[in-house]
Order: sequence, then structure tokens, then C-alpha cells
Amino acid sequence: MKRADHITLAHGGGGQASGELMKNVFLPAFKNPLLETLSDGALIDPPKRGKLAFSTDTFVIDPIFFPGGDIGSLSVHGTVNDLAVSGAIPKYLSAGFVIEEGFSIAELKKIVASMAEAAKNCGVSIVTGDTKVVPKGHADKLFINTTGIGFVPEGIDISAKNIIDGDIVILSGTIGDHGTAVLTRRKGLEFDTEIVSDSTPLNSLVEAMLKAEPNIRMMRDPTRGGLSASLCEIASISGKGIVIEEALIPVSVAVRSVCEILGLDPIHVANEGKLVAFVPSDSAENVLKAMKKVACGKEASIIGRVGGCPAGRVEMKTSFIGNRIIEPVIGDQLPRIC
Amino acid sequence: MKYMSEFRDPSLARKLQNVIGAETKKRIRIMEFCGGHTISLLKYGIPDLLPDLIEMVSGPGCPVCVTSKGEIDAAIKLASMDGVILASFGDMIRVPGSEMSLRDAKARGMDIRVVYSPDDAVKMAADNRDKKVVFFSVGFETTAPVSAASIKMAKIKGINNYFVLSAHKTTPGVLSALLAEEVRIDAFVCPGHVTTITGTSIYKPLTDAGRPCVVSGFEPLDIMSSILAIVRQANRGAAETEIQYSRVATAKGNLNAQKMMKEVFTPVDALWRGIGAIPGSGLKPYREYARFNACNEFGLEIEVNDSETKGCICGKILRGLNKPTDCKLFGTACNPEEPVGACMVSDEGTCSVYYRFHGKVSEIEAR
Repeated sequence: MKRADHITLAHGGGGQASGELMKNVFLPAFKNPLLETLSDGALIDPPKRGKLAFSTDTFVIDPIFFPGGDIGSLSVHGTVNDLAVSGAIPKYLSAGFVIEEGFSIAELKKIVASMAEAAKNCGVSIVTGDTKVVPKGHADKLFINTTGIGFVPEGIDISAKNIIDGDIVILSGTIGDHGTAVLTRRKGLEFDTEIVSDSTPLNSLVEAMLKAEPNIRMMRDPTRGGLSASLCEIASISGKGIVIEEALIPVSVAVRSVCEILGLDPIHVANEGKLVAFVPSDSAENVLKAMKKVACGKEASIIGRVGGCPAGRVEMKTSFIGNRIIEPVIGDQLPRIC
Repeated sequence: MKYMSEFRDPSLARKLQNVIGAETKKRIRIMEFCGGHTISLLKYGIPDLLPDLIEMVSGPGCPVCVTSKGEIDAAIKLASMDGVILASFGDMIRVPGSEMSLRDAKARGMDIRVVYSPDDAVKMAADNRDKKVVFFSVGFETTAPVSAASIKMAKIKGINNYFVLSAHKTTPGVLSALLAEEVRIDAFVCPGHVTTITGTSIYKPLTDAGRPCVVSGFEPLDIMSSILAIVRQANRGAAETEIQYSRVATAKGNLNAQKMMKEVFTPVDALWRGIGAIPGSGLKPYREYARFNACNEFGLEIEVNDSETKGCICGKILRGLNKPTDCKLFGTACNPEEPVGACMVSDEGTCSVYYRFHGKVSEIEAR
């Protein structure tokens, strides 16, 4: 194994090899003035008005390449989306890598290129970073942490506490795509499907939504734990009851079929490019219209409303008969999904 | 999409609901034996659609739940041995043994891996010739033939480092045991997939004892049709075996699967968690397949341990004597994140199903 082809412990040692990795892999891909100063921290100008949003996420997904994305693009989308659903315009990211000794530099370059492209598409800059290498067997291929800063414009206040009875619940598109795409590529469980992860940035969608209605009460991107986890958490924080309707929740036929075979419920399965929003009832149609004009919001749908069941509870009017209480998924339905 | 919509048609369900309501004349307690049926019943809210005269009780048909503590302890003991890889179905991982679960054992460094089928375990053995791979094999007649086939395949391919720790259970013995319970069960919704393998002869002791038996599919309309068939049998005083799930199950069953089981396994006495010992209701590899039995290879005895944690009423729930909501621990000390009893662990466990689809106990009371 030549050092030139694979990551060695020296690449994380802070010496010459680390410098080469920076010069040959990270700098050319992430190219931006703040990073190129190579100082210990990036100095950024604060917004003149409004607030700062700050969020972090760590990515340990297995496999690192999956239909519809890879750990690189996912690590950018993940943090960008957390900022976006907080009402922020995402601006800057940090990237921390934990790499297993022996990892291929060609694959690392591919992942870094994918991060760079994702960042460009989201309009964010990767302005600081860090790389550590651990001995073979002490990590699985590579893990990435991204932390992001975004600017929240004045007057935007996204919080579950703002939700009132009668608010409308909008979902931006089909659910369960990411989780099933990863699952069907997992070793030992390969399925022959064309399901592709929905990993995508949500910042332009959020921008369009806030333009249509600056008073959107609350947004969340339902990643791990799926739609059910997001709704249950929002019900609990807001102290409101939420009733959704199964027939209104978009799920692709392929995802529905895989979930049926594996005994999963799509409402518990992870997404990486969807959001659920709580909007005032009189502007719901306007927000929906604005969402449908953005590519990742084409299949947006009103799925329910606030009120109509006990406080803190989520109920689903099923396609069969009657209502079902929705509980968050239990245990590790699927580890290392993001 | 056929099976995901037609068998869940709400307007047909309403019609069935009306017919069942009109035809039910007397009090009838029906046991759904299988955990898969329990899931459908509660997921689709079927008990709420039935007249008050019909009471549904859940049975012991969850293989994970009836695996005894001694069997789990034996699996952990094997996993703790040098050079052993223990392969297990995912559902078994969280079930508490007498001291810990397989998940706890894995966290302590034992080599325990989840597989989706025994074939994967055979492959694991072929890929790890310097290790001994033990498949912790649980399940009823639905999984036993596959496990038997894996042993036969290992023999044919000369994979001598593959072993099976058999915790299989078979249904005929436990069905008879249910008849002896103090609370009378009037009729049975019988397990569709077990019957697909065994055929319907296993229900003869039940029909001989005057209990209508209907082999049911797992969709909500399947189960409602089966309940209607039971009501009609009860009305005319009949006790027969009917197959509602005729698109899959037959009276004779799967003869190849039966042959495979008989070739590799011989019946042994088995301890059912919460129920007790049932003669001849377990399976172990015998004759030329005996050397694949992990107990033989490692000189291991499965300890008889039917103690349960104080307050846990899983045993009574598995026998249809109590409902999960009768248990003081349900939804409080015992929940799917931290199960006390076995019924809370498996997705098909009665307590877990109640917890997931009926919410917490306080919420049920509030309804």
C-alpha cells in the first residue's frame, strides 16, 4: 500500500503528510478566501440585523456511497437543512473528518468533490476544517462532522411555541426515500429497487416559503426517526395536539412496497430532503403554491392540522377506519442511516 | 399494490362490521394465536369495530417472546467462548436473559452479529473457517424448515464450523396446553403462515374439543372475515377448521418443508417462557445432523429457568389470561426502550403491540 494511494496515520499527524492532504485534496475542492488564509479559525462578519443560527451534525452513514448521494453531499445538506428550517440563510460550514487508516485517497477526493459541489449548490462556504486519522478498525471508513452558521433575517421567528390551534401542517414531499434507499443497499439486505435517497438542500424551498408567509410558525426536517419523531417532538414542545391524515401523506409506490415487505412504517423512516411546516390556516394555500414552484417542493401536500386531539398527542386518521395514536419509533430501527 | 389496498378497503370493512354485528348472538372469546395477527388487530383498530359480545385475546404466537431465559443465557455463554461468532435474528438481540441481553453481551465485546436468515450464517461460517459460527435459531414451523435446510446445506458443502443452537418451538403442544387454561377460549383465529407449512391437521385437538378454528391472513379484511366465519360456526354449533387464508395456506401444508424438518430435527421437550415446559414442543438436530447441534459441540446444557421479574405478568398474557393493560409495569417500568418482560421486546410481542398502537396506559384510560 503506497502512501500516495491510501490514508496513513501520518496524514492525521499534523506534519508534512497532513499538509499535502490539505494542499492536494481539501483546498482545491473547497476553494474560498476564508479557508485559504489557513489560519486556526475563520473570521466572519456578523449580520447587521437579525440573529445568528448555529447547528452541528455528525455523519456515520453506512454505506458511504448510496443511490442519490454519498456521505459528503449528505454532510453538507444535513447541516444546511438544519439551519434552513430554523429560518436561517445558511452561510458558512466547518468540516471535521475522522478517517480510518487505509482509506482510499481517490474515494476521499470523490467525497470531498461531492461536498464542494453540494456547498456550491447551497450557496455556503466551507471555511474551516480538521482531519484526524485513526488506526485501522477503530472507525469504519470515514465519519464527517459539519457545523454551520446561518443568518436569520429580522422578523423571522421559527419556534414550536408559536403554533396555535387551527394551524395547517404541510409536508414538502414523499417520505421514507432516504431510509429505504440506504437500507436496500445494506450488506446482507440487498434489494433490487430503484429507490433513490432524497438527500437535497432545502434552503431555496424555505426561502420561497418565508417569502410567501414570513409568519411560518415552525419547521423541521424529519431525518432520523422520520415524520413521526418530528411531529411527536413538536406536539410535545408546543403542548398542542396534531391530527394528520394517512391518505394525504405522499409515499412512493416503491417505498411503500419495501416498507410493507420489511414491516416498516414509512412515517418512521428517515428523510434527508423533506420538511414539515406549521403555517397559519389563512396562508396555507399560498405557502403550498410557493412550495410547488420549487423543484424539491413539487409534491408538497397539506397533511393535517393542529387541534382535534388531546394536547401533546399526534393522531393519524388512517386510510382504513378510525384514528391511530402516533408514537415515535422505538430503539434503533436502522442504525447509521446518516 | 393489490394486497396493500384491496384487503384494507374501509367500505368493505364497514360492511363486514355490520354483518358481524348483526350475526353475533352470544358471548364469544376468540384467541388470535399469532403475533402478526395481534399487530393487524391493533394497528387497524379492529377490536373497536367488533360487537361487545366478542372479546379478542392475544396468544403465545411470538417466537421471540416464548424463548426461555435459559436459551438466551446459553446463547450468551456460547458467544463468550473464544473463537465463536454468534449469529442471531435482530429481534432476539434486546430480549433480557437472566443477567443480560445479547445486546449487552455485544457491548461487552462478544462477537454477536445480526443475520436476516440462517443462510447468511452458513455463509459467515464459510467465510470465517478459523471461527465457529453458531446460529441462534428461534421460531415456529415458519422458520424451522429454513434452519433445517441451512444445516443440510452446511453438511453437503462440508462447512464443519457451522452450528445451530436450536430454540425452535412447535405449535401443536402449546395449542393443547391453551385448552387446559382456566379461562375458556371459545375459538381460534389460527396462524396463517404456520399453517402454510404444517397444514390444518394440527388443529384437530381444538375442533375435537368443540372450538371453531379459522386459518386467517394478516390483512384487516382477512381477520374480520375470519371472525365472521367463527361467529357463523358458533351460531350453528359447529367446530371445524376453515381456511380463510386460502390464497396461501392449504389443508396439507408444504410437504417439502415438512420433510426437511423431519429429516434434520427430532422433537424434544421445550420450556416456553411464561408458559412452562411442553413435552415434545422443541426441535434438535439428530442422526447425521447431530454434530451441527451447538449443545453437542460445546458440551452445553440449556438451563431450565422460568423465573420472571417481580410484577411481570408476561406468562399470563401469553396464555390469554390477562391483557397488557392489566400489568402494573406496562408503559411505566416496562416499555419498548427498556423491556422488563419478553412480550415488550419483540415487534410481535403483545405488550409491544399494545404500547405502539394504543399509546401509553394513561392515554388508554383517558379515552
